[in-house]
Amino acid sequence: MTTTPMLQYSGVHAHYGAIHALRGVDLNVQKGEIVTLIGANGAGKSTLMMSLFGKPAASAGKIAFQGNDITRVPTHDISRQGIALVPEGRRIFPRMTVLENLQMGSTFADPAHFDADTRRVFDMFPILEQRQLQRAGTLSGGEQQMLAIGRALMGRPQLLLLDEPSLGLAPLYIKQVFRIIRELNERDGMTILLVEQNAHHALNVAHRGYVLQHGEIVLTGTGKELLASPEVRAAYLEGSAQAHG
Amino acid sequence: MGQFIQQLINGLTLGAVYGLIALGYTMVYGIIGMINFAHGDIYMVAAIIAVTVLTLLGALGISAVPLAILITLAVVIFFTAIYGWSVERVAYRPLRKASRLAPLISAIGMSIFLQNMVQLTQGARVKPIHAMMPGGFELFTHDGFSVHLAYTQIMIISVTIILLAVFSYLITRTSFGRQQRACEQDQTMTALLGINVDRTISYTFMLGAALAAVAGVMVTVYYGVVDFSIGFVAGIKAFTAAVLGGIGSLPGAMLGGLIIGMIESFWSAYLSPEYKDVATFGILILVLMFRPSGLLGRPEVEKV
Ligand SMILES: Nc1ncnc2c1ncn2[C@@H]1O[C@H](COP(=O)(O)OP(=O)(O)O)[C@@H](O)[C@H]1O
Ligand SMILES: [Mg+2]
Repeated sequence: MTTTPMLQYSGVHAHYGAIHALRGVDLNVQKGEIVTLIGANGAGKSTLMMSLFGKPAASAGKIAFQGNDITRVPTHDISRQGIALVPEGRRIFPRMTVLENLQMGSTFADPAHFDADTRRVFDMFPILEQRQLQRAGTLSGGEQQMLAIGRALMGRPQLLLLDEPSLGLAPLYIKQVFRIIRELNERDGMTILLVEQNAHHALNVAHRGYVLQHGEIVLTGTGKELLASPEVRAAYLEGSAQAHG
Repeated sequence: MGQFIQQLINGLTLGAVYGLIALGYTMVYGIIGMINFAHGDIYMVAAIIAVTVLTLLGALGISAVPLAILITLAVVIFFTAIYGWSVERVAYRPLRKASRLAPLISAIGMSIFLQNMVQLTQGARVKPIHAMMPGGFELFTHDGFSVHLAYTQIMIISVTIILLAVFSYLITRTSFGRQQRACEQDQTMTALLGINVDRTISYTFMLGAALAAVAGVMVTVYYGVVDFSIGFVAGIKAFTAAVLGGIGSLPGAMLGGLIIGMIESFWSAYLSPEYKDVATFGILILVLMFRPSGLLGRPEVEKV
């Protein structure tokens, strides 16, 4: 890999007060890749994604996007670089309509793209089109997750971060979410960093993966290597793979 | 009957003014979860600036009343919005992460500062202007009571309606309005989507101040006298209106304003004018005790 990675973490630390949540993380994502980050609850996966946006800001180390240091860039200037996050817990705007939520995602996009981009989201998630004038807070969990993904896509990101998109979803929705992740990557060439509890699915869809433990990367490899790795099998796959079908 | 209609007209006029001020309280609360106790004084500053501008325009010989009022509105909105912006910058932003008591105290400090500043620079005496829009229509006479609709009342009610139409378009239909509402619901997520939350909060203070500015100009023209202390009582009444309507709810603020205006007007006419302010405070206490979420407020408390 001689090209500049799309995203590169070098020795990144992050704190919440006295809690040391990231302890020198090195990670990179190349253009066109799906990279997954797996790890137990509280390992620091969400923190790693949020630190890209400065929430919390890295207390040491460097985060670069397409070769530019963005470690100290203000939160609101990150997405405009072409990065979008589907955060943990979806965080849709409950008292806005579905359509308004999508409009929020395209606040800084070219208005000329708006119709085509909503069309694309509605084709991907037809239920959102039927519900477009409904308050987002009244949607089911799965529908809210689709809306959060749709909102992120409205800004035409080059890099899409997904934090546990399958959490709490029915198996049917989980299948759909993973199908869409693959489609976005293969058809649209979108680069994706995926955090998942569902390690089996994630490692199947990803080109490469990292295992995070107590704020440190302890293992990395291709999706297949990690799937075959005894440590990963023991810690993250036993029992869970079958349960999630 | 005549008396009743007359109080309805007076109450509507007062209610329009309280409603416009109440919008500022409710918007600021909606976005940062704080009561801006300096907001009533922002309204007072607007009224004082209005007197100055109107006097100046009179001296310059600009006597066409609609033109003078339009110029005054523009100038007063501009300067009052700057005051609103400054209050946020000086009294709130530095304390964004402090305990909830700190910004409350600094807002009260800001309120005292504004009153003293005006008192020192403008004097403590009431500032009168000559009647700009005297007269009105005599609608009808019933049982020897004639019902009047003053030109100033027509102005206040129609300006308020136009302003509300523009304002609700801004909030519900424009990108700025969506960003403003998004900040109310989830500031972190709004920032993740590329929106500058600090700037949106500043604009919210400015917008609230601008609405109070319009109220200040209209009251100046309506009553013809203002002084440094009018912000306190008007502020508490508008605050009561915002709480009654449901703090955080924009239609609620307007509805609350109308109800408070009506109560004040009918109370003065039928019970006792001396105790009309007591009526308002009584309502505030009752609402806080029995229905703290107000008439149109969301029952669940999201920010504690
Ligand atoms: N807002 C917060 N304030 C304080 N501690 C936090 C906060 N968010 C997460 N943490 C702590 O940081 C660590 C990493 O959390 P997180 O990044 O959410 O892990 P994961 O997403 O892998 O479950 C945990 O110990 C968690 O308790
Ligand atoms: Mg997490």
